[in-house]
Amino acid sequence: PTGIQLSYLLAVALFILGLKKLGSPATARGGNTLAAVGMLIAVVATLLDLRVIDYQFVLAGIAIGSAIGVVIARTVAMTAMPQMVAFLNGLGGAASALVAVGEFWRLLGNGEPIAIGTSVVVLFGTFIGTVTLTGSFIAMGKLQGFITGKPVRFPLQQPFNVLLVVGFLICSGFLIADVQVRAVFLGAIAIAAVLGALFALPIGGGDMPVVISLLNSLSGVAASAAGFVVDNNMLIVAGALVGASGLILTEIMCKGMNRTLTSVLFGAFGGGAGAGAG
Amino acid sequence: MDTALIASLFVLLLATFVGFEVINKVPPTLHTPLMSGANAISGITVIGAVLIAGAGNETTTIVLGTIAVALATVNVVGGFLVTDRMLQMFKK
Repeated sequence: PTGIQLSYLLAVALFILGLKKLGSPATARGGNTLAAVGMLIAVVATLLDLRVIDYQFVLAGIAIGSAIGVVIARTVAMTAMPQMVAFLNGLGGAASALVAVGEFWRLLGNGEPIAIGTSVVVLFGTFIGTVTLTGSFIAMGKLQGFITGKPVRFPLQQPFNVLLVVGFLICSGFLIADVQVRAVFLGAIAIAAVLGALFALPIGGGDMPVVISLLNSLSGVAASAAGFVVDNNMLIVAGALVGASGLILTEIMCKGMNRTLTSVLFGAFGGGAGAGAG
Repeated sequence: MDTALIASLFVLLLATFVGFEVINKVPPTLHTPLMSGANAISGITVIGAVLIAGAGNETTTIVLGTIAVALATVNVVGGFLVTDRMLQMFKK
């Protein structure tokens, strides 16, 4: 176990160095390679974890994922990169949500009482991961032209969103109080999915890169939450790194467009409620 | 709260500040590659997926975990390769 933790330490150092080098043109490619090496180290170390007793599904998943990853990375057109990043980001969010859901199911199956803290991080991780998934896929659809690039709005959109958030919180409260209700959990996931889509839909195609960057930051937060769910510091650190650096990059991108993040996200409502109604 | 959780919260806080500081003054041409590289790193969730797919005695957990492993691996492998492709253009 010490060896695994030391490998994680090395992987974290490589991630930080890699991110730093990715920020300047001369070193960017090397930075990406460093981060990739860090990832390889982290994955191999995890395979040696004593908690992993059954390898067939794990290795099958890795093999299938790698094959798909290589094929799509080689075939995607250079002009389609932003939507490619959105797509991959959505998959990462989905994976984080699945980790939270899967662990929750395992705990339910054990029949032991689930600590409130565990329920909270499971719900948080599921929420952020699911929002990342549907938000990213809408962003990809908009850039690829599957969905109109124009802002999609409907009456009472904001109150409806608030209603969804309240609905999610009610489901969460219910689950924290009485965790044995799987249907409520699935309902909460569905609400999160709708919220993610409604988050990206009102934003115009031109602002999509900023949205993708923000969703990238969110996928880091989701990974960090998954780290608390499975109790793994490597996951917590790497997720937090991406969450924070993604937020800074989002801000830099907004500044480059002479915009503020709020005006990008809520620009549709910039004229105030009165203008929206008029 | 137990000490392990507190230690994890310390780690979370420090990593967040490192994340804030590690990025500054990125030229616009690097915005998309940087986003893509960071996105590949967020695929680190693959190790969480490995932990639940390999350890679960609950069938649902194994199924969800295996799907998560596959999706996160696509994110990681696709992410790093795509970033490298973008950055190849920076060669002189």
